[in-house]
Amino acid sequence: MWTWFHKLASPPHVYRIAGLLVPWFGWVGGVLIAVGVVWGLRFAPADYQQGDGFRILYVHAPSAWMSMFTYVVMALAAGIGLIWRMKVAHAVAASCAPIGAAFTASALVTGALWGQRMWGTWWVWDARLTSELILLFLYFGYIALRSAYDDQQRADRASAILALVGVVNIPIIHYSVVWWNTLHQAASVTKLARPSIAPEMLIPLILMFFGFNIVFGAVLLTRLRGEVLLRERNADWIRALVAQP
Amino acid sequence: MSARTGILRGAALLIERDLRLAFRRPSQLGNPLVFFLVVTTLFPLSLSPLPSQLRDIAPGVLWVAALLSSLLALEALLKADAEDGTLEQMVLSGQPVVMLVAAKTVAHWLVGGLPLVIISPLAGLSLGVTPQALWVTAEGLLMGTLTLSFLGSVGAALTIGVRRSSVLLSLLVLPLAMPLLIFGARATDLAIAGESATGPLNLLGALLVFTATLAPFAAGAAVRIGVE
Repeated sequence: MWTWFHKLASPPHVYRIAGLLVPWFGWVGGVLIAVGVVWGLRFAPADYQQGDGFRILYVHAPSAWMSMFTYVVMALAAGIGLIWRMKVAHAVAASCAPIGAAFTASALVTGALWGQRMWGTWWVWDARLTSELILLFLYFGYIALRSAYDDQQRADRASAILALVGVVNIPIIHYSVVWWNTLHQAASVTKLARPSIAPEMLIPLILMFFGFNIVFGAVLLTRLRGEVLLRERNADWIRALVAQP
Repeated sequence: MSARTGILRGAALLIERDLRLAFRRPSQLGNPLVFFLVVTTLFPLSLSPLPSQLRDIAPGVLWVAALLSSLLALEALLKADAEDGTLEQMVLSGQPVVMLVAAKTVAHWLVGGLPLVIISPLAGLSLGVTPQALWVTAEGLLMGTLTLSFLGSVGAALTIGVRRSSVLLSLLVLPLAMPLLIFGARATDLAIAGESATGPLNLLGALLVFTATLAPFAAGAAVRIGVE
């Protein structure tokens, strides 16, 4: 029963499987995002208060969600790597960091654009924005710590601990909306019972959410393949792989 | 096996050793304090000497200065012992690493954080903080600096094997210390305005309990990686 789990720990196997999965994730996610973008930008009704300006939501909200989700994936992978000494898990964590930083930056930039239109300012020191900025700093710290070590194994394990410590920040970000209720509107989609957003607006948003998640999978697997190649560059199976016509 | 030193006895011995080492070099001991006072002096010079304005910025200045000066001293927490091999011997001694890190952190706080709390009213007075708020600030800093020492012990342990780690250490620890800054400055702010600062102080206490119970485990794991 555990063979699949053990296979996951084997770099050549992971490299091959990831290669097979990337096109599937890429295409499905890409199509979802394409449909979501066209639907959201062209066909969804304009907001009665914000007009067409609200449409940046279709990039902003999924980016913000992914910035946190990626951190959780990174911390989980780091934890697995730390506990079971699984090299591939550390490679996953390492691959997550730049993607997560990119999502966080995207959430901040789209948020600034949106804020400029709606609040008349690029930046406010609201709790949610600030926590998102702190999240970006956490990603930077993680990447910096990882690159400060020459020894791969130490870099893996030290940065894994940092990721686990930093994951404490994720709930703070999430509940900051409740704690310090300032300019930023409270979450309107994650209220599971009855979303306070019109269904015509919600469907493209859901498509975008799934699209972002699946494309994240594709990017992560691609980076993972690169990371595995880099780490195993002296292994026999890579020599065999390169020697293949 | 002969009788082993108990955990608490070991911790006490370690704290005693670290304190003794620190007091052998009194000049280094005073440096963070002087830094704290100098930084708090910079703000009136750069912003405005008006008492009303100073009182407005006082909470932020006091807390940022305290945060930075404790951060400055953090590198010394484990570095020297790691470099001459003492830390490795401590890990090999059979005492739990978690206790070891916690004891070293407490010792570090006793020589670095506590004096800062004690002189904080001096810096506060120069910024025109009211006596009632001075007390609240000292209370907040008492919990805040200890929390920061525990948080910082994780960062210091993670950067044991890194050369010239002080900037990296700040990058790792400062984002995690933001809640401290928020609640601490808020407490001082409320006290200056004459309101009850119980809420933020309670939150600071909660952060202290949370950090003090969890951080030594993370720092202990990091030390094990660092001395390998």
